[in-house]
Amino acid sequence: MSETARYLLIVFGVLAVMMSIAAGLIWVERRLLGFWQDRYGPNRVGPFGILQPLADMIKVLTKEDWVPPFADRPVFILAPAIIVITVLLAFAVVPFAPGISVADLNVGLLYFLALSSLGVYSVALGGWASDNKYALIGALRASAQMISYEVFMGLSLMGVAMLAGSFNLREIVEAQRRLWFVAPQFLGFVVFFIAGVAETHRLPFDLPEAESELVAGFHSEYSGMKFGLFFVGEYLGITLISALIATLFFGGWLGPLLPPVVWFFIKTFFFIGLFILLRATLPRPRYDQLIRFGWKVMLPLALLNLLVTGGIILAAG
Amino acid sequence: MFSILRAIWTVFLHLFRRKVTVLYPEEKPRIPPRWRGRIILSRDPDGGERCVACYLCAVACPVGCIALQAAEDEYGRRYPEFFRINFSRCIFCGFCEEACPTCAIQLTTDFEMSEYYRHNLVYEKEDLLISGPGKHPGYNFYKVAGLAIKGKDKGENENESPPVDVKGLLP
Ligand code: SF4
Ligand code: SF4
Repeated sequence: MSETARYLLIVFGVLAVMMSIAAGLIWVERRLLGFWQDRYGPNRVGPFGILQPLADMIKVLTKEDWVPPFADRPVFILAPAIIVITVLLAFAVVPFAPGISVADLNVGLLYFLALSSLGVYSVALGGWASDNKYALIGALRASAQMISYEVFMGLSLMGVAMLAGSFNLREIVEAQRRLWFVAPQFLGFVVFFIAGVAETHRLPFDLPEAESELVAGFHSEYSGMKFGLFFVGEYLGITLISALIATLFFGGWLGPLLPPVVWFFIKTFFFIGLFILLRATLPRPRYDQLIRFGWKVMLPLALLNLLVTGGIILAAG
Repeated sequence: MFSILRAIWTVFLHLFRRKVTVLYPEEKPRIPPRWRGRIILSRDPDGGERCVACYLCAVACPVGCIALQAAEDEYGRRYPEFFRINFSRCIFCGFCEEACPTCAIQLTTDFEMSEYYRHNLVYEKEDLLISGPGKHPGYNFYKVAGLAIKGKDKGENENESPPVDVKGLLP
């Protein structure tokens, strides 16, 4: 197979797999939430309800796609696309298996951090363009939340980068052959996980949406497939964070017996399940509690982790 | 911190609990006999229509969804010429059943009445009338209350006592 064809295959393969995972997660999440609340969840469409995403898709695509007359039209339409694009772009550096990654960037980690920060524009612009006070409050919250969480998200990953001596995700995975980074970097893992939940604004940190306070937060005015895109973006975000947790702290594709790709997806899905479990368990904190928790607990913890890791590396020579 | 982890674990264990959902169309829920569902018109033990077209149910109905027209047969026995219930308005309060002096109108345990078109929810007398006595077997209003016929009022027949004056205060 020629190089170009191989790359095209990988690019479109990753795109297709990610989109179908994002769609499938709609079903997985509702089903798991159902189980954890002693219900069944959607189990009617197809065997075990597995065709539910298809039904949802048909429904969301045939809904009236309405742009409010008071909205800032171009921005309003652009906003949902941004989140999907940035998250999909971030998948470019994720190494699914040796040799299977769209781009083998030597600043992969920084690239991911940059794109995940860009994702917040989607929420902020969507809320702003809606010209609706609830949407605006949601967007405002999202911006404040991202600023406070972005900081220690980056810092929590520095320990990993220091241990591996590289920003390249493939090399980071290779560096974990002896020991998964979750052991020496446990604090970093916890901080990154919490930051990841906040980053994808999932429950319990879904303050930009906060159905019980803000109608639907930043996407109050959205309908049809534009609303659907926000959802796809959210599920893609969960998948991305889970994939990165697996890559950075749990040895990515490394594992015995099974082929590397399978290991990668097992680990990723484990963390996706954890995300949903968190959603099923924890109530939403108040807004100021969330920000205070970010600046007063998580940031010092991330700095401490950085300091100790640096010290140990220096001492070890 | 610890309580959060424990909560997460507890929620996870719910995965293995018995589900509380009743998978409805396959598994029917138990409906108590006093359930207020689809309304029927019942018949005497001898097979005659119980309804005497007194309009009490139509008056009692808070949403006014019962329509009927009284008529008399050749013996002076009243019956409804038509009897119509608009179930898209009915709130299943059961007041009509309480008001009915002859136990003709009764609410049943059937609730599966979905229709694609609203006008299909308007039930006519043919749809309402059943062949049996419903919840009150053996009750026949005229056997208890007597019946006025041409030339003879209630209680004027042999072996009959005059009816109780329900508006008087004397015992
Ligand atoms: S149940 Fe209530 S609302 Fe329905 S017909 Fe009887 S009185 Fe009217
Ligand atoms: S159903 Fe009962 S209350 Fe209604 S008109 Fe007939 S006899 Fe009277």
